[in-house]
Amino acid sequence: MRLEYDVAAGDFTRAGNASSAIKKALKQLGVAPAVVKRVVVAVYEAEVNIVAHSYGGHITADIEPEGISVVLADTGPGIPDVRKAMQKGFSTASKEVREMGFGAGMGLPNIQENADDLKIETEVGKGTTLSIYIKF
Amino acid sequence: MEHNTFHKALEIQPELCIGCSHCIKVCPTEALRVSGGKALLYADWCIDCGRCFRVCPSRAIRVVDDDFDNIFSYRHRVLLVPAVFYAQFEKRIPRRVINDILGDMGFSEVCTVEQSADTLVEEINGYVRGAGEKPVISSFCPAVIRLIQVRFPSLIDRIMLLLPPIEVTAQYYVRRWQMGGGDPAELGVFYLTPCIAKIAAVKSPVGGYESPISGVINMDYVYNKVLHAYKNKKYPEEGMGTESVNDAVSSKGLLWPLTGGEASQIEGRALSIDGMSNVIEFLEKLEDEEIEEPIDYLELRGCDESCPGGILVQGNRFLVADNLREVAASAPDTHIKAEEYKRFCSAYIKMDAVEPRSMVKYDKDINVAIKKMEMAGMLRKILPDIDCGACGAPSCEALAADIVREDASLNNCIFMQARFEKEGSLQVSEAIDLMEQVWGKDRFVNKEKSESE
Repeated sequence: MRLEYDVAAGDFTRAGNASSAIKKALKQLGVAPAVVKRVVVAVYEAEVNIVAHSYGGHITADIEPEGISVVLADTGPGIPDVRKAMQKGFSTASKEVREMGFGAGMGLPNIQENADDLKIETEVGKGTTLSIYIKF
Repeated sequence: MEHNTFHKALEIQPELCIGCSHCIKVCPTEALRVSGGKALLYADWCIDCGRCFRVCPSRAIRVVDDDFDNIFSYRHRVLLVPAVFYAQFEKRIPRRVINDILGDMGFSEVCTVEQSADTLVEEINGYVRGAGEKPVISSFCPAVIRLIQVRFPSLIDRIMLLLPPIEVTAQYYVRRWQMGGGDPAELGVFYLTPCIAKIAAVKSPVGGYESPISGVINMDYVYNKVLHAYKNKKYPEEGMGTESVNDAVSSKGLLWPLTGGEASQIEGRALSIDGMSNVIEFLEKLEDEEIEEPIDYLELRGCDESCPGGILVQGNRFLVADNLREVAASAPDTHIKAEEYKRFCSAYIKMDAVEPRSMVKYDKDINVAIKKMEMAGMLRKILPDIDCGACGAPSCEALAADIVREDASLNNCIFMQARFEKEGSLQVSEAIDLMEQVWGKDRFVNKEKSESE
């Protein structure tokens, strides 16, 4: 089953709508609460990244009986140094974003911790695509 | 509908139900439908919050309480009275008169529920300090506990594993009786409840616990009895009451059932949230990991204004709360029984983990559930999305789920009926049949005409 959402850049009030809707579907399917929680954390972080750093993006979630794969694709600046971005505490978020409580530099490491599989494709000046897989 | 595996504290009386659908709109778990002109309950989804009871215009929802005369099966009859009970009465009715009337009704001992709050405050603060995951969610309101079991299973390990005040107080009176050499079979401990969720909580408690409470008594019933006796001057003269009274309570205890009563006693940051919709909104955010600020403790109460807003409490909830605050203002910081409570109850204050009660919305088998959810998603696209409730379900989303579970049909939707009629695939008489199945035959009779004839 496929669920799709558009994510607008800079709209922090709506950041989390997609992860919340995905959460709702998983709960209704009876997926174990601990797994739902990992999906929520990973997708929410990635969704906030799109809002905070990109020019906008699109989320596609495919739910299968064995697990969920979520692809979050944005157009934007891309990540110049993925290895650095994967370190805890590293952040390029602007002051404005940090003041809203986002951008503590925990995003990518947190996603990595909660996902069974994480792929990052990024091109500087074009955008970033995250593919997250979590087993049920 | 579904079989019932949990004690239900409320039930619909079909002979009184007029199928008005008010209840289906307020249920926080969408557990109600209208079918055949009557409200029906998916019992396993019900959390006993009582919102349906509150909005029912025909008093068709019955509180499943214990028969009052059961109290006479015990020789020593203790009534545990919550502070909100007294706060409902006009101030000129003396407390001793109320207690004497309760004595006349058959109680040997009248005790205040919130006596255990002083002991609990210390235990709660210790628990919160040692808690791994925060915020810790209060175990006070049974409707909220049941809401979390059914709708927020991923938050279940945040529930504080300490008993609520009523159970600690009940344990105290049981221990005291046993230590005094009393025969356990002769002691009856009764709880005068301001809400129906507490009936369910006593009858089928969570956390591997068995309540020592022998019976739960409806506060509404006793309020009327007491007021009637008072108005007719049917109460003993001063000093002639037969009951003994244990009403020592601190200001903490008196404020405990009010919104903020718990939160104000917590060391650290605590929020108090009352009203089912507010509680749900916050729990959704917490579950979505969107609450980034550190919070130590959540006092969550299902009713507006907490226990003064309980559905079995008479009188306006704001006035009841204000009366209680006024009494608390002149009450001591702690009470004479507090130390004894500590000794008697510290071993009994903990409970085991609370189990989730999963809400099977589509199917237990995830393969089937995904297919059904996909079908429901397609149905959502053709349903009008205005949640009118004319199909007997509370929302288009609920109808879509009902259709894929084969509990309803697409024809139940009046918009779909109009479309099918326009397309010529449905006759007017068929459409009327369909609506009669949901709302009953009486709804489609022209009453004005039949009366004038």
